[in-house]
Amino acid sequence: MTPAGQTPSQTVGPFFAYGLVPRQYGYELSSLFGAVLARPDTAGLAIRLTGQVFDGNNETIGDALIEIRQADAQGRYPGSTDEIAASGFSGFGRVGTGTLPGNAYEFRTVKPGVTPDGQAPHIDVIVSMRGLLSHVFTRIYFSDEEAANARDPVLDSVAPERRPTLIAQRIDEAGGVTYRFDIRMHGDHETVFFDV
Amino acid sequence: MTSPEKSPFALSPRDWQSQPPYLHPPYKSSVARAPRHALVPLKASLGELTQPVYGHDSASDIDHDLTRNALKNGEPIGERIIVTGRVLDDAGRPVPDTLVEIWQANAAGRYVHRTDQHDAPLDPNFLGAGRTLTDSQGRYRFVTIKPGAYPWGNHHNAWRPNHIHFSLFGLHFASRLVTQMYFPGDPLLELDPIYQCTPEGIRSRLVAGFSLDHTEPGRALGYEFDIVLRGARATPMQGQP
Repeated sequence: MTPAGQTPSQTVGPFFAYGLVPRQYGYELSSLFGAVLARPDTAGLAIRLTGQVFDGNNETIGDALIEIRQADAQGRYPGSTDEIAASGFSGFGRVGTGTLPGNAYEFRTVKPGVTPDGQAPHIDVIVSMRGLLSHVFTRIYFSDEEAANARDPVLDSVAPERRPTLIAQRIDEAGGVTYRFDIRMHGDHETVFFDV
Repeated sequence: MTSPEKSPFALSPRDWQSQPPYLHPPYKSSVARAPRHALVPLKASLGELTQPVYGHDSASDIDHDLTRNALKNGEPIGERIIVTGRVLDDAGRPVPDTLVEIWQANAAGRYVHRTDQHDAPLDPNFLGAGRTLTDSQGRYRFVTIKPGAYPWGNHHNAWRPNHIHFSLFGLHFASRLVTQMYFPGDPLLELDPIYQCTPEGIRSRLVAGFSLDHTEPGRALGYEFDIVLRGARATPMQGQP
């Protein structure tokens, strides 16, 4: 048979919550994925990852879907449900921006480690929303990983003036460590989006 | 580290000739939200980064049947339909054991979502969300109610064609696809800026085919909708991690 061409993307639209993140929004359906990627006993530095998504008018976006994929503190990606049950680390999270004040998103996870192929600690991100006909990919790096960031080939490939859009800022608070990462769809300081 | 070009796990590239542009002014919401900079090629291979891990129990026995997965006091109103198809990669290989999530409006064109303000009735027996895993041949199958058209504020007298939203990963994080399936013969398709944003000659891939083979006599019309994702460009050699 002749292989068919790739199916085109279409926008996720404004009404995805009851299908993709039902529990977060209080709908009567279980959620396969959520905002918590790690248990209290998961090895590594427990972190809160939060931020807002801004449109070109500098207004916060309250109907974005944020999905993250990351390695654990040792730089490994869990490969089975047994591994996840043992470590408490799922490696994937999904939230909508419609339930927190300021249209913030928030994940509870552990800070990822350097991956075996030597990339700086990072989190891969997919952003979908009404108005976006194809999702976008971006990457979160960490402000307290200057040495690793300086050697990272992905960061190195980005124009220096745009690199800060990929760096989450560490905030040390009494309750623990927070990293803040805002996403700007366009305008000044548009986030770097990747063709992967 | 391995360069993306040399990685044995490289995915076939995203075919931008088949994709809508980010900025499509007739679709008004894209104006404030579409990125303006060109995408930056990622200098790392994401091909080895798998889809999220989930168990085979992720979808329950009735999660694929939207006519049964939210019953309260009767059956949902509307035309029962079967939506089935295969998930393939762009080399024609089936994508087995992969999650397919869908959501849609009810027969009256109303979404359960609280921010949907369309003045049409909710159906107490219809949530409009389902999920399933593909089988070993990449096939999925949903039973649902044909979604209604609904008005939206994009322009004067704008109506979305009947559609079902689909969300998939495939085997890889980078083969993620969020899309919409449309129905054959819908007169609203040629008026819809979301459907029309996809290049001509390509957009028909988003339209399901009516299938008598998948129609259940006395029960439900069948529609077939195959989905093609990016696939691995080369098979990793044995023994490689």
